[in-house]
Amino acid sequence: MEDENIIEVEGLNHCFGSGEAGKQVLFDISLTLRRGSFTVLMGPSGSGKTTVLTLIGCLRGVQDGSVRLLGHELNGAAEARLVALRRRLGFIFQAHNLHESLTALQNVIMGLQVHPGIADTVAQQAAAHALGLVGLADRTHYLPANLSGGQKQRVAVVRALVGNPALVLADEPTAALDKDSAAEVVDLLKRMGRARGMTTLLVTHDSRILDRADRILTLEDGRIVGSEERG
Amino acid sequence: MSWLLRHLFGRLPIGWLQLTHNRSRFAAALAGVAFANVLVFVQLGIMNSMAAATLRPYEFFQADVMISAGDANALNEGGNVARQWLLQAMADPDVTDGMGLFVANVPWDRVEKDISLTTFGIDPAKPGFLAPAIADDARLLSVQHATILDRLARGLARDEAAAIRPQTPLGFEAQGRRLTAYATFAGGGGFGGDGYMLVSDQTFLSLFPARSSGAPDHILLAVRPGADIEQVIGRLTTLISDQSLRIRSYADAAQEDLRYQQTRRPTGIIFGFGVLIGVLVGLIIVYQVLSTDVADHLREYATFKAMGYGQGFFLGIVLEEALVLGVMGFVPGLIVGTGILTLMGAITTLPLAMTPFMAISVLLGTLVFSALSGAIATRRLAAADPADLF
Ligand SMILES: Nc1ncnc2c1ncn2[C@@H]1O[C@H](COP(=O)(O)OP(=O)(O)OP(=O)(O)O)[C@@H](O)[C@H]1O
Ligand SMILES: [Mg+2]
Repeated sequence: MEDENIIEVEGLNHCFGSGEAGKQVLFDISLTLRRGSFTVLMGPSGSGKTTVLTLIGCLRGVQDGSVRLLGHELNGAAEARLVALRRRLGFIFQAHNLHESLTALQNVIMGLQVHPGIADTVAQQAAAHALGLVGLADRTHYLPANLSGGQKQRVAVVRALVGNPALVLADEPTAALDKDSAAEVVDLLKRMGRARGMTTLLVTHDSRILDRADRILTLEDGRIVGSEERG
Repeated sequence: MSWLLRHLFGRLPIGWLQLTHNRSRFAAALAGVAFANVLVFVQLGIMNSMAAATLRPYEFFQADVMISAGDANALNEGGNVARQWLLQAMADPDVTDGMGLFVANVPWDRVEKDISLTTFGIDPAKPGFLAPAIADDARLLSVQHATILDRLARGLARDEAAAIRPQTPLGFEAQGRRLTAYATFAGGGGFGGDGYMLVSDQTFLSLFPARSSGAPDHILLAVRPGADIEQVIGRLTTLISDQSLRIRSYADAAQEDLRYQQTRRPTGIIFGFGVLIGVLVGLIIVYQVLSTDVADHLREYATFKAMGYGQGFFLGIVLEEALVLGVMGFVPGLIVGTGILTLMGAITTLPLAMTPFMAISVLLGTLVFSALSGAIATRRLAAADPADLF
């Protein structure tokens, strides 16, 4: 049922507000993402990048047009279907959004526990192993407050990827990080994504990331104005 | 606790971790729940003791039917009943015996403390109307101005009371008469008096010259074993032409008295209100804590929503928190409540005590109301919109 296209968007329009006060921010967007690709979405501030991401990520209802995610049409889909689909996605936000009361390990476990039937001990081991892969083996029992910004973002990346999502959606994950931490996080994304065969859609202004993209889409005023294949 | 919750909910005990993250707020919340529990315990304890104290004098006697004045809501309340109705009632084939019962309060000015004894005048020749523990001593009352004294009366020293025997009676002055206590029985201080006293009807009339032997306060009737008490009452109601009288089974009279004390008397209503206030305080505290906690974690919850956690998961977290607050607040509440009730019981000699039934019902009530508060608090969850996270 799932073909090689993880995402197929056709004629997507989106408005915020309705009637007179309504403002259309996306115009006739069409795009496809192939399995395993690493795509960067860029464009000026306010061009609609985040809106595209939230629509593809089942965080906002599709109003007009078609979004097919993993073979499922999102336009008109029931809430329960959207919740189930979100479990197959990995989100990385500009802010790490870790839970302040949970340790690094526990935060990562939350990314596994959403899938029913994963035994407690298995989740523990998998989470600890994954943190080890990003060099945080000695920080597993730290609360977020005791981690650096880069460390927190790495935990957030691990939390998003540990459940082996089909698609990773990241919105400026490096914006709040210094140069070294940013490079570390992007390398991590790319490395883990490739190892696990994940598809990645990443919003960024960061030119260092552009070098690593398979494909760069450019959005301007709610329209796709450029699509450049690389590598 | 963490381990227990992990196994109970089959996931990380996020509610527990969240609550304990902010220790001082957690401690304050527990203190609040404990306080509400103590409030409810004390009020319930007083209500229970009021019930016990109301029913206690009924336990001194044995009867099947009681005839009282229309306005006699309690044993020592209301007008009297003409003795002629006792004679009329005896005409019923199923009524085997009858006795007039007199009641009044006798002040006893003691050196240490002036006390008031609720005094019953009975017929010493009819011990069948007395509880077995008292009946044996009834003959002692045939002597004029003899009494049987409540050994648990407030203001009466325990060793002084324990020394009272027919061979070593206790003489005292009350109501202008010289009375002699030859025996004791177990009564206890109540809300209407400091204790009880039994005297013969003759002695009673000598203490209260204004009262007449022809008009006792109540009439107690014994019914032939196996007879249907309700049928007897039905026949008596037609037989006795004074329609203002209340003719009830003795057991009903006691229960109606209790209901009257609990629902019509200001004291009963106030203590009932106290329980309600305690429940409300607990409800508000738990709601406040849980809804603040939800509001503080909207971003985290929105993240979890984005990760694919459903509504049930969030409800579970809040219920977990409600459970933690309820159980952990209950324990200190129980300990402090038991202490306060024991202390109050010792001071007032009222039958104030923590009962297992009280403890269990308050625990269940705490859990139910905590869960309810939690359920209300989850309404704020709707504000956690994962689309706002980017
Ligand atoms: N919840 C909302 N309600 C109304 N308008 C919104 C809302 N979210 C975004 N918009 C508007 O939609 C347009 C696109 O916003 P979007 O956040 O998608 O831009 P963006 O490309 O991600 O910008 P940035 O690079 O600054 O993050 C903007 O004009 C914005 O003002
Ligand atoms: Mg944006």
